[in-house]
Amino acid sequence: MPKNKILVSGNEAIAQGALQAGCSFYAGYPITPQNEIIAYMAKHMEQAGGAFIQAESELAAINMVYGGSAAGARSMTSSSSPGVSLMQEGISYIAGSQLPAVIVNIMRGGPGLGNIAPTQSDYFQATRGGGHGDYHLIVLAPGSVQEAYDLTQTSFELADKYRIPVMILGDGILGQMMEPVQLSSKKIAANTIKNWALTGCLGRKPNITKSFYLREGALEEFNLKLQKSYELIRKKEERYEGLFLADAKVILVAYGTMARIAKSAIMQLRSQGKKVGLIRPITLWPFPQAPLNVKNKKLKYLVVEMSYGQMLEDVKLAVGGRNKIEFLGRSGGGVPSEEAMIGKIKKLL
Amino acid sequence: MIERIIIAGSGGQGVMLLGKVIAEAAMRQGNYVTYLPAYGPEVRGGTSHCMVTISDQEVGSPYIAKADALIILNNPSLERFKGKVKNNGLLILNSSLAKSDNISKVKILQFPFTDIAIKLGNVKVANMVALGSYLAVKKIIQTKNMIEVFKFMAPAGNARILEINEMALAEGERLAHG
Repeated sequence: MPKNKILVSGNEAIAQGALQAGCSFYAGYPITPQNEIIAYMAKHMEQAGGAFIQAESELAAINMVYGGSAAGARSMTSSSSPGVSLMQEGISYIAGSQLPAVIVNIMRGGPGLGNIAPTQSDYFQATRGGGHGDYHLIVLAPGSVQEAYDLTQTSFELADKYRIPVMILGDGILGQMMEPVQLSSKKIAANTIKNWALTGCLGRKPNITKSFYLREGALEEFNLKLQKSYELIRKKEERYEGLFLADAKVILVAYGTMARIAKSAIMQLRSQGKKVGLIRPITLWPFPQAPLNVKNKKLKYLVVEMSYGQMLEDVKLAVGGRNKIEFLGRSGGGVPSEEAMIGKIKKLL
Repeated sequence: MIERIIIAGSGGQGVMLLGKVIAEAAMRQGNYVTYLPAYGPEVRGGTSHCMVTISDQEVGSPYIAKADALIILNNPSLERFKGKVKNNGLLILNSSLAKSDNISKVKILQFPFTDIAIKLGNVKVANMVALGSYLAVKKIIQTKNMIEVFKFMAPAGNARILEINEMALAEGERLAHG
């Protein structure tokens, strides 16, 4: 029995990863399929020395996170699609105040109240900001339970480093499925010095946290500052996993759970000698440009999503018309199957 | 090696627990494993299912289109999942609550798991009798590893629960060996 290896659901792995990363404030409101996160936090946050609040609504939860973060605590909330829609105003304020925070969206079917089935149809909302204003979140898309644990820890570090809200974007399958996770033995110290935090100003100049700029030119000035920070993030933080890219004739582009199903399809095709590869974006914003910027014009792409073509737009932007791009997508509870992918790829080869 | 198992029964028959103990034992043996529960509005009396994939390599899709083995504990589940097993795959069937008429091209192993569990003293261990039969046929999980998982998962201080689950497992194995 390997040491510190546990069988755990994606949701619980996210909660455990957050506590490991020194998250000391969590506020949330229950919604399927992410309830295990809030349940785990309710049970373990106090012991970890932090504060847990079951808020009266998603609006309250995100604004509590806004406050917790302003006070310097590593702060987090989690929800699922309709709940994350309700949080958009608060997320925009957090981005506008340049505060770090971690927001987890374990996506379910939409639009509206939708259903509780897995989906990836909140990609636009997550990667385009979601609320009002010219802002971005860093968006991380784990492809396994281990990665959900690891990336949650990363998300707190990125949030502090760039003073930006970070979103973990998963779907119901990732949240609910259980896989072995190797727990990290060392606790990440929340050691970023937050000299901007509202910690009481006795003996120093008061800090101000706000997203309100009325003086002429002040808001544009602030937006330019944000854009500079986004540019740096684009330069430094693009992440992806590539599989068989060197000799592939068709490359699947998929993230999260869809990338897992794509991997099965690819392994099956490779065993038949077919030259197929995979690009799995791990950061959805910034979207990884480099692996899609290649000279080989004969290369073809197949984008697979649990939506009707949202990441597809980013793939098209990155490819810039150089290569043929096909799409396979289902939504509202439908999950594109291995067989459907294989059928599409065989037509492209 | 890759083994894809679909487990289905009525809500309350311990379908999820059965999947979890298999996954936990596979992990302890050093295998790669994925456990995917159905998380919809399952209710007592309806059908409930989970999917477990065990491999010596990283698991791709956690979703199973065609299973190597089905463990089915009631008739509605049999109706729903009988088409989801590979040709010459294995069907472990609870004959107390399901009938195997009109099923072909599948290796069927059926015993009245629910009746056996009642005789052992607790209807809830029908799932573990079925597990015993599965372990005896497939030999992917060693019995001693499974018993370690029982010890890990059973509530502390209740020796009787551990004992009856071990009895159920042994009975399932004995039946499968004939």
